[in-house]
Amino acid sequence: MAKPDCGSVTLPDYQQERIGSQIAEGETIKSARPHALTDAIFNYCPGCTHGIVNRLVAECIDELGIEGKTVGIAPVGCSVMMYDFMNCDMIEAAHGRAPAVATGVKRVHPDNVVFAYQGDGDLASIGTAETVHAATRGEKITVIFINNAIYGMTGGQMAPTSLPNQVTQTSPYGRDVSKVGYPVRIAEMVSTLDGVAYVERVTCDSRKHIMQAKKAIKKAFQNQIDGIGYSLVEVVSTCPTNWGMTPLDAFQWLRDNMLPYYPLGVYKDVVADGFANAAEAALDRAKDCPIAQQKKEA
Amino acid sequence: MKGNEVLAEAAMRAGCRFFFGYPITPQTELAAYMAKKLPLIGGTFLQAESEIAAINMVYGAAAAGARVMTSSSSPGVSLKGEGVSYMAGADCPGVIVNVERGGPGLGGIQPSQSDYFQATRALGHGDFYMPVLAPSTVQEMADLIYDAFDLADEYRTPTMILADGMIGQMMEPVLLPPERDLDSLPNKPWATSGHAGKREHNVINSLYLSPEKLEQTNFERFERYAEIQEKHQRQELMECDDADIVVVAFGAASRIARTAVRDARAKGIKAGLLRPITLWPFPTKAIEQVIASGASKFLSVELNMGQMVQDVRLAVNGRASVDFFGRTGGVLPTPEEVLAAIEAVAAGESVCQSAEPGAVGSLLPHPQHRKSSYERGE
Ligand SMILES: Cc1ncc(C[n+]2csc(CCOP(=O)(O)OP(=O)(O)O)c2C)c(N)n1
Ligand code: SF4
Ligand SMILES: [Mg+2]
Repeated sequence: MAKPDCGSVTLPDYQQERIGSQIAEGETIKSARPHALTDAIFNYCPGCTHGIVNRLVAECIDELGIEGKTVGIAPVGCSVMMYDFMNCDMIEAAHGRAPAVATGVKRVHPDNVVFAYQGDGDLASIGTAETVHAATRGEKITVIFINNAIYGMTGGQMAPTSLPNQVTQTSPYGRDVSKVGYPVRIAEMVSTLDGVAYVERVTCDSRKHIMQAKKAIKKAFQNQIDGIGYSLVEVVSTCPTNWGMTPLDAFQWLRDNMLPYYPLGVYKDVVADGFANAAEAALDRAKDCPIAQQKKEA
Repeated sequence: MKGNEVLAEAAMRAGCRFFFGYPITPQTELAAYMAKKLPLIGGTFLQAESEIAAINMVYGAAAAGARVMTSSSSPGVSLKGEGVSYMAGADCPGVIVNVERGGPGLGGIQPSQSDYFQATRALGHGDFYMPVLAPSTVQEMADLIYDAFDLADEYRTPTMILADGMIGQMMEPVLLPPERDLDSLPNKPWATSGHAGKREHNVINSLYLSPEKLEQTNFERFERYAEIQEKHQRQELMECDDADIVVVAFGAASRIARTAVRDARAKGIKAGLLRPITLWPFPTKAIEQVIASGASKFLSVELNMGQMVQDVRLAVNGRASVDFFGRTGGVLPTPEEVLAAIEAVAAGESVCQSAEPGAVGSLLPHPQHRKSSYERGE
């Protein structure tokens, strides 16, 4: 069997095995399917960013070599079938409850790497309490948050993150902030909580941004491996189907409207701030509170 | 030890090392005991932000292969319904304790059995049951929760202890079960704890988009339910061999009924007591047995408006009369009131407004059986 020419990429053996036979001699593989992804074909709509982010998560799992100890949790939303796509152990959870389920797993197996992959309706509406409390407890988990400003799976209803005046199925005249209030900025909100180690908002509308998103996701996993604390990566995403746009127009709408409302960037990074972990940062923030400074005996 | 504390201690002895809960009366002592003791034996006690979060933590810990439990009381158990349904749908074992109080709504904090329907019929959406064990003594608090963990693991099902505020708060001597060797607990090759490159990846899931697959999965689960119904019905029979009137009562109500049945015997009434220990599966075989040995009248005594009586009627299926006597809202009947109900049934009268099955208001106690002895000035 001909060894595929992988250009600058060296394929691990398992990938040679898996795709070697499908590659004609002399062909160049620019990007091999990560091992952490199964062979199942994504069921996302064409141009949907869920597929990109699923893949980024899988690539990070591969590169960190953690597939064997990773447990992923995908609650309802368009990514509910993620258990079909991932090669690590997976749990499907109720709408909004992934952080609580992740807490259960992580408490039983602290050495597992546990991630929750949640949409905006899921994380920022029905699961807000679970989100806030897992974060503030400093659960050592990784949360990937897909903010596409809409309820994708149920056909395009207004999400907590839908923009002012955005037309959706349940805000047919545009989101009227005087009646239904304002979008929730999750990265900003979560970054205020002690227990949180790292929060970054990224997007995936371009190669450059995709690479940044991957770096953030990888860091969010690495933080967990290093026991630094809770990490959340918000990915500003598109839902071309329910936005009623072509994938390219959707990206343009994202750039024009979402990014000004949801600015990209690092919202919290306790390590960059000079702390060893979230706990140290929280202690420092409470330095004038005597009871918070009491040392616990082992 | 208080009943609630015994539940906690026996659960730990059964190998439970994970507890997730949210404060509520009257189960308080259970969580407090767990908070104190679990960390000392390498376990985890976590106060969740809500009962919804707590049951989902239970789901996660169960998926990860642990022996895990949560406890609450009626209003909190309603919130757990979602998670219990997911646990059932994903075949995750775990123990849920309901130390019941009166309802509906915020109800009251006095003992009640008004969650019988919720426990045995519909704690959450979908086609499922779960074993429900009902202790009537502090000793049974220990014995039944110990068994509940094994039952849950064997059949991969959520399992409930349905207790009430009275037994939860009560102190009685108890013989605690032995400490389980954690290495002897069942293997869970299906658990999601990382495949370590040694097996295919595991999935814990309750979603089946194909109707045929979902139906098949439910069929398979119901095969397991049938086995539970066949093998795990439990009850206590007292004075039933020659009984004409069989009082059916569980938990706290059975303690009162027991005295009343003895008093009825002393008065020459051929009364017996059938005390369901498993509420699901309901002890239908025991009902068959007492009918076969001549019982012609049943009286269900409950701390609610008549819930288990429906299971009694289903099991009796018209072969004997079935009447109901209940007090609700946290009111406990006295043994004398139950005795009066037994005497009325023995005399061929009804203790309900109407004993017709299905009649509106049929289960309201007959006005003369409605007042407590205190109200009657006794
Ligand atoms: C308790 C509950 N309520 C409602 C639903 C229906 N539901 C399924 S997915 C979904 C919205 C998902 O939106 P989002 O989290 O933004 O994910 P997306 O599909 O956009 O990726 C809803 C409301 C449900 N499954 N469970
Ligand atoms: S509905 Fe939207 S979010 Fe869901 S798969 Fe399609 S494009 Fe993606
Ligand atoms: Mg969405």
